[in-house]
Amino acid sequence: MTSPGTAPTTLLALEDIAKHFGRVQALADASLRARPGTVHALLGENGAGKTTLMRVAFGELRPDSGTIRVDGNPVQLASPADALARGIGMVHQHFTAVPAMTVAENVALASGTRGRFRPAEARSRVMELCEEVGFTLDPGAIAAELSVGMQQRLEIVKALARGARVLILDEPTAVLAPAEAEDLLAMLRRFASRGNAAVIITHKLHEALSVADDITVLRHGRTTHTAPAADTDAEQLTVAMLGESGVATPQRDRDEREAGVDAREVVIDARDLVLTDDRGVTRARGVTLGVRAGEILGVAGVEGAGQHELLRALAGRVQPTSGSLRIPDRIGFVPADRHRDALVLDFTLAENVALAGAGAARGRMHWPAIERRTGELLARYGIVASGVRALGSSLSGGNQQKLVLARELDGAPRALVAENPTRGLDIAATAALQRHLLEARDAGMAIVLYSSDLDEVLALADRLVVMFEGRATEVPLDREAAGRAMLGAA
Amino acid sequence: MSWLRRVATVALVSLLALGALWLALRLAGLDATRALVALWDGSFGSGYALTSSTLVRATPLILTGLAVAIAFRAGVWNIGAEGQLLTGAATAAAVGLFATPAFGALTVVVALAVGALAGALWAWIAAYLRNRFGVLEVISTIMLNFVALYAVGYLVRGPLQEPTHIYPQSEPLPVLAQLPRLIEGSRLHWGFVVAVVAAPVVWWVLRYTAAGFRVRAVGQNPSAARVAGMVDVQRTTMGVFLVSGALAGLAGAIELTGVTFALYENVSPGYGYTAIAVALLAGLDPLGVLATGLLFGALEAGALSMQREAAVPAVVVNVVEALLVLLILAVARWRGGSAILARLAGSGSGASGDDSTKAGGGGAAGRGKARPGAPPASGTHAEAAG
Repeated sequence: MTSPGTAPTTLLALEDIAKHFGRVQALADASLRARPGTVHALLGENGAGKTTLMRVAFGELRPDSGTIRVDGNPVQLASPADALARGIGMVHQHFTAVPAMTVAENVALASGTRGRFRPAEARSRVMELCEEVGFTLDPGAIAAELSVGMQQRLEIVKALARGARVLILDEPTAVLAPAEAEDLLAMLRRFASRGNAAVIITHKLHEALSVADDITVLRHGRTTHTAPAADTDAEQLTVAMLGESGVATPQRDRDEREAGVDAREVVIDARDLVLTDDRGVTRARGVTLGVRAGEILGVAGVEGAGQHELLRALAGRVQPTSGSLRIPDRIGFVPADRHRDALVLDFTLAENVALAGAGAARGRMHWPAIERRTGELLARYGIVASGVRALGSSLSGGNQQKLVLARELDGAPRALVAENPTRGLDIAATAALQRHLLEARDAGMAIVLYSSDLDEVLALADRLVVMFEGRATEVPLDREAAGRAMLGAA
Repeated sequence: MSWLRRVATVALVSLLALGALWLALRLAGLDATRALVALWDGSFGSGYALTSSTLVRATPLILTGLAVAIAFRAGVWNIGAEGQLLTGAATAAAVGLFATPAFGALTVVVALAVGALAGALWAWIAAYLRNRFGVLEVISTIMLNFVALYAVGYLVRGPLQEPTHIYPQSEPLPVLAQLPRLIEGSRLHWGFVVAVVAAPVVWWVLRYTAAGFRVRAVGQNPSAARVAGMVDVQRTTMGVFLVSGALAGLAGAIELTGVTFALYENVSPGYGYTAIAVALLAGLDPLGVLATGLLFGALEAGALSMQREAAVPAVVVNVVEALLVLLILAVARWRGGSAILARLAGSGSGASGDDSTKAGGGGAAGRGKARPGAPPASGTHAEAAG
């Protein structure tokens, strides 16, 4: 409880926070001040550092430098337990309830009940907390059987049970239906009105503008904008999120090339594609696009706009629900998650190279030949490894990604689909990967490139398609136009 | 190098386990030294013990060990080698009893082929349930073991019972349906040769064929196999189920035509379960299975002589076997050697494919359907709880 007489101007202040992971600078100079009685929106593109900053605030990550203040006093947060003790709670995108336990049991577990567990007390505690913020949640329901929206409420109640005065929510509305999202935002408002503060991470402009009192924008780990929502418009936020226009893009040679490309053959031809994910949710609604030999089609879109499913379909990795799709027999694919989808970490490098095409392989595996080819790829792409029999797990992230790209470009397939190929890589590795993509394009390959970094797409693509809510729109290679289309603000 | 280290590890662990046995017998006031000498005499102590006891015992253990190893390598947790072995034995008996006039001298070959086929079919049930409905094969294969056991019980009291209808067993097989002796005057039969040949063949297939490569890729990381390799994961696991079942079925057919000659309920003293230990101790390496199969064959052969000579119950050997597996899993976890073994030991590291999407049929909501790749050894997985 804050003492009412001397209410500080900020509940939680993060000042000049820096944090790096390996060689990647996730946060450079990030600041945020959450005032009591307010809902604060933290905006930014994917990879801008929003979640990292909030994990620092929740004690999950130690910052390299910078100051964290609670009620104006500098604090060191060594763990989430520390943060909770100071009244900072966080609701992650991935929920952390025990599935087999009831709501009341989960809340009791989270709030560190000691000694005897009294079910009736636990239930009434949940009811009380729900009443405080004005929503309903059945204390006796099994966590596993709750809907996503209800699971989120459970996470919130868990934080409240620990006495949270600052509630941080990571993309809370991303998993909710519109009506549920409204309920959530109303509940946050009620929570804030009691002298608390809520911080929501989001990349939705309208959400930030409509519900937040204050808005902070992060871009490449730096705070680029912070002001009350009332003093901000969408235009300013777009610029803050996506950067000023005018980063050097290879526009000149693009113009020279364009004339030639139009005459070339269409290698990937998709018409009216409808795509459904494993849960039966429609992720693409009637996408039509073509990619010609020797061009890079850039794809942009905020997380969950359907690009992930679209790329997999274009790469021939999933079947469209309806529509027609013509792609070459052989097509390279660089998936976003290399550890899950591209590499077998316990296989040797040669085995990982052999993995591409394993589905169609027949008869014997000719390991000496595969090892020779792997050796050539290591040399040609400058992959640092102790040898072709080194395990995939022994390579650094950048070298793993180079190996994946080398493998997928090997044998010059007519098309390549790449999803966030440079994510998490340092500058040198990123530059090398981009160079290889451009070389492949110049050699006549049809390339589809998605990146969550709009600058990268703009720098590499010859044409640009933006996905928004499952629909693809071709837009000019222009940051403003692309940014608006990505956020659905046409 | 790594091979040598693995052999050394198993040897060391075996010595440790035997040392523990010696100590336990000592503490129980038994003549521990005499028991261990009897264990040796009954397994490797004489030519007869080796050929008629150890190698005969090792044969089904090697074959079922291979069945388990190949399945586990693919992330298929087939605990049903016992049931597949029993199906193989029962069908081989039926062939030998009814079809000998038709096939003549080829009867034994037909019996083995039919036994393998029946084992594959038994495994197919679990494979189908996994691919179609996402039923965990750990559960379905165990259940099918009991179905097979009671089916054999029915057969030896019904259709396959000996003509006098007194004993719950079949008539002995005619000579043409029996496997010939490998060494005249011993109990060692040609089935041992089949087992010894099968191990390097399985090893070679996994290492040097495209199909084997797919099996290993699916076992290590099904998601990467599907996305990067465009491997049909369901088809691959189906194939592995069938091969695994066929090997276990073959083991049963060989045991029947080479050792017991008649079908009865206890035709297998749990070979299919011991096989899991054999495969794990071998680090799921088919060539290693040859060695650990022999080791376990020797232990079980020696156990009988230990019981005779030193009045130590034969079952203590099962304790030694269990101890061996626990020690090997502990080593695997400690060193993080094989990813799959480490996963079985409950280690979080190296389990790259662990959270990958399930290999089973498409169109299932995330948590409603249990993920078939889950290791059997850990009951703490959320899927198991739901």
